Parts: sequence; structure tokens; C-alpha cells
Amino acid sequence: MLSRESGATLMSAITAFLYREARLQDEHQYEAWEKLWTDDGVYWVPANGVDIDPERQMSIIYDNRSRIALRVRQLMTGKHFTQTPQSNLRRLISNIELMDEQPDDGDIAVASNSLIFESSLRDDTLWAARNEYRLRHVDGELRMAHKKVILVNNDKAIYTLSFLV
Amino acid sequence: MNMMTGVSPWERLIRPDRVHGSLYTDPEIFEAELKYIWYRTWVYVGHESEVPNANDYVVKSIGPQSVIMTRDEQGKVNLLLNRCSHRGNQVCSYERGNARSFTCPFHSWTFANDGRLVGYAFPDGYEGQDKSQLALGRVTRVESYRGFVFGSFAADGPTLKEHLGGAAETIDRLVRTSPEGEVEITAGFLKHRVKANWKFILENECDGYHPAFVHTSIFGVADSMIGKLYGGASTALTRDYGNGHTEIDLRPEFRKRDAPMSWFGTSEERLPDYATRMKAAYGDTAARGIMIDGTPHVMIFPNLFIAEIQMFVIQPLGVDDSVQHVTALQFKGAPDLNRRLRQQTMGSVGPAGFLLADDSEMYERCHRGVLARNPEWIFLGRGEKRERQDELGFTVGHVTDEVPSRGIWTHYRKLMEPA
Repeated sequence: MLSRESGATLMSAITAFLYREARLQDEHQYEAWEKLWTDDGVYWVPANGVDIDPERQMSIIYDNRSRIALRVRQLMTGKHFTQTPQSNLRRLISNIELMDEQPDDGDIAVASNSLIFESSLRDDTLWAARNEYRLRHVDGELRMAHKKVILVNNDKAIYTLSFLV
Repeated sequence: MNMMTGVSPWERLIRPDRVHGSLYTDPEIFEAELKYIWYRTWVYVGHESEVPNANDYVVKSIGPQSVIMTRDEQGKVNLLLNRCSHRGNQVCSYERGNARSFTCPFHSWTFANDGRLVGYAFPDGYEGQDKSQLALGRVTRVESYRGFVFGSFAADGPTLKEHLGGAAETIDRLVRTSPEGEVEITAGFLKHRVKANWKFILENECDGYHPAFVHTSIFGVADSMIGKLYGGASTALTRDYGNGHTEIDLRPEFRKRDAPMSWFGTSEERLPDYATRMKAAYGDTAARGIMIDGTPHVMIFPNLFIAEIQMFVIQPLGVDDSVQHVTALQFKGAPDLNRRLRQQTMGSVGPAGFLLADDSEMYERCHRGVLARNPEWIFLGRGEKRERQDELGFTVGHVTDEVPSRGIWTHYRKLMEPA
């Protein structure tokens, strides 16, 4: 949609979107977060590197849209003990870039870094990730069609990751 | 603690229906476990399919020790310790690959992938040295059962077959699920770390009492029939095979349903290619039986857990620090089944899994809980009075009974008694 908006306007809309997503995740606003997804959304957290084939290799999360909904429903029960009590979270989103790659379907390729501080019953944990998004305008608003979270330490043994990353 | 003479410390800590909380938290006991369990008995290390070709290697572990599983030129599988025989540097820094030899980065000593020292830098300083005495350390005994490779650091002791005993049959049952009779471990591992003692994980794997409570959040929102298998009315069994091996036997429930592939929440119609191949391989009647019974839910002491669709490997790193390595089981010749196995496994286990995230929360809370020293004991008496022997003489109980934990601790005490 670069033709419709100037680069600066688009960048500002994308930044606002990513900050909002971060806040909804940090504050456990699961339903509002789920509404950010397109109907064909894919939420992917690979394991063991950046470019594994999720159709062949194990990923930490590889959710299609219905499994995203299931994840949210489980969190909403209040009996998903690993989030009962909920982790206290704050994350920084930075290095937001429009990527050169233009997906065929008019989606917008965006990437950012994130640094997440989690305080849970277990302990305080620091998570760092590279996030890659495909965003799409739906009814005049941005939505996530694809989100890939590449944890810096995804090749190591990691603690439970049960909040929305 | 009662220091009566003639009573071993283990007898004081392990009773038929309860165990002392310090068994999970005492660092000295953990060190003794490394010596008497992890560095002495048979421990699962890896699967032959992880090193399919000559010179393939993959880095595995036995407890905190790094072990390189290699397939040498002759096709033999070796378990080598990842420690240069010169100054102790790790000779292998990649998780997997294909290499004829490993060269230590420190002083360039080079070892063949069967462990032999083949050369050192500046050999003129080593006159009279016998290279054969400077090989990489090895896991003393290596044996495999249907592709599952186990190692033992003890030169003597039971064979792997003797160690597996009655539990070997569960592995036979597992590989039959493949139309070609083989499991393949090819999907890569998720590595989930918990701040908890490894025995909380070991016991939980065949604890049929907890699912109705710990997994209520997912059973409540997903269209899952797993919950019913673990209810009070379930006909499923717990079993103690001896040698620390335990099972939850779900076959009575699956046989009642009498529907092929119901164990996996699906049907023959949805996996037509698989069903056809199974019938071609085993004949209609046997294939139907296999597809009704499903795969086992078995914990091979001390670290290999086969959970119907997944394989877990427990790794203790410290008294309160453990890793579960987990992957989807893959069955040779079953591509349509394998895809579903991977998808289901990714949903349920690993750090963000619908099931395992809550299990790991329980291990960690138990670990913090037992640091409180009163009451001192952990009660494991559920179902003690209704245990019985099955037709093969193994102790069985209701699926929610603590038969497995009692079996594990009986074996544990036998192993630890010399300490």
C-alpha cells in the first residue's frame, strides 16, 4: 500500500501497530490481541535456528489461525497454571524496519527486535528476539497475517514460554 | 535423622508408601545419583536414525556430560565423550554434522570418529608415546534395541535386554506402528529447561492422577478425548515393569472404543495411505489390532519417555536443574501420519506447549514446595491396597494409582544402596 500513503505515514502506522501489539501482550489482553490477526494468520516461533522448515522440523510455536484461537482460549480459562498467576511483562520493541522484500499479495514486510523482561513465579527471565511480520490492510486497519519470532537462544534449552511472545 | 545402626540411609528415606523430600533437594544425593544411576546403569542416548550415513554425528548427553554419537566408516555407532584426551577441551562444538574426524581447537589433536587418536601437532615431542592410550573417552558399553541406542559406563552388569526386561515389549509395540517396523527421529528437538529435580519429571511421566487437574484448561477448550482416559471411570492401567520402568496402559480404553486410530483422535478414513500400508504390511486383522491399540505410554528408567506420539529424553544438570528434550515420533513409511504427529507434538509439548507448559509449572512448584521441611515426606500410597498382578506377573493398578512411583522408588533404592 506504499502508493496510497507516504513512506513516513506508513512507518508511523506500523510503529503504532507494533507498540500496540506489545502493550496488549504485556498486559495479557488476549482477546484484543487475537483481533490483530487476519483470518489466515500464522504465528511461528522456530526452534534450532532461523530458517528451519516448520512443516518438517519441530517449532516452539507453529500455530495456524484456529490454533491461535485455541491458545487464547486456554489462556482465558484462568486455569492455564503456567500463567496463573500471570507473568509480569514489559517489552521493548525497536529497530523497526520496512523490509525490501515485497510479498506477492500486497502484504507489508516489517521486522523489529524485541527485548522482553518476564517476572514469573519461577524467576525473572530476559528474552530477546528478532520479529518478522507480514502486515495487511483489512477494512482500513493493519492486521498481522504472519508473525515469526526468532528467539536469540532458540537452539538452547529454554524455560517455559507461556505468555504471548 | 535416626542414626540407628544397621539401617541404611536409603531405608530411612524410602518407605513403601512414601519418600523423604530431601531425595529431591539434597545436592549430595544428586551427586550420588550421577555415580550410581547415570554413570552406571543403561541410559538412553540417541536413535540410530539420527546418524543415518557413515561419518554422521550428533551431540547428545548423559547427565551433564556431552556425548558425541557417531557412525564410523564401518557403520558402527560409537558413543564418545566430548573431551580431548590432552587438556580436556571439547573436540566437537556443533550439534550435528558429518565428519571423519574431530580436531581439538586448542592444540590440534585429531581423533577419528571411532575415538582413535590419529595425530597430534608437532609430533616430535611425543617420542615413545603410545597413541592407543590417548583415545577419546568412550561410554563403556553401547547397545541398541530396535534403533534406540543406550550406553552404560559400567564394564559389567546386566545386558540392555536384561535391563529393559518386560518393558522391551513396549518398544516392540511402538515400532509396529510403522508399516516398515521402524521409528525415525528426524524432526529435531525442543529443549525445555525447568528449575526442578529430574525425578519430579520421571514420576510425572506415568502419573495418571494429574491430567484431569493440571490439564483442565486445555481439555476444557479443545475437542480432546484425552481427559476421559484419566478419569475415575477409566479402565486404563498403571504398570510397574520392574527395573524402574513404568507404563500407563491405555489399551483397555482403546479396545472398548474398537475404532482404528482412535488412540490418535483420528480415523482410517483420514489417513487412507497409512491404513493401506499397514494392512499390506501386517494383514488386515493384525493391522486393525495395531491401529486400535495405538502406541505405548512408557517411561524407560531413567530417561526415555515414549508418550504415544512424542519421545522425551530427561537430562539432569543439577539437583534443581533439568532439561526435557522432546520430539515428534516419526514412523518409517507413514508420511501422512507423520505430518499429523509433528503438528500435534508442536501444539502440546515444548516450552509453549498446551500440555507441557503446565506440567513443567508443576515440577517447579513441587521443587520449591519440598524445600519446606514439614511434613518431611511425600505420600505415594494411592492405590496401594488395590494393586494386583497382571497375567505376566507385573504389578498393575488403576490409571490414577501411584503404582509407577512406588516401582520407581523400589528400583532407585536398589541402585543407590551401595552409596
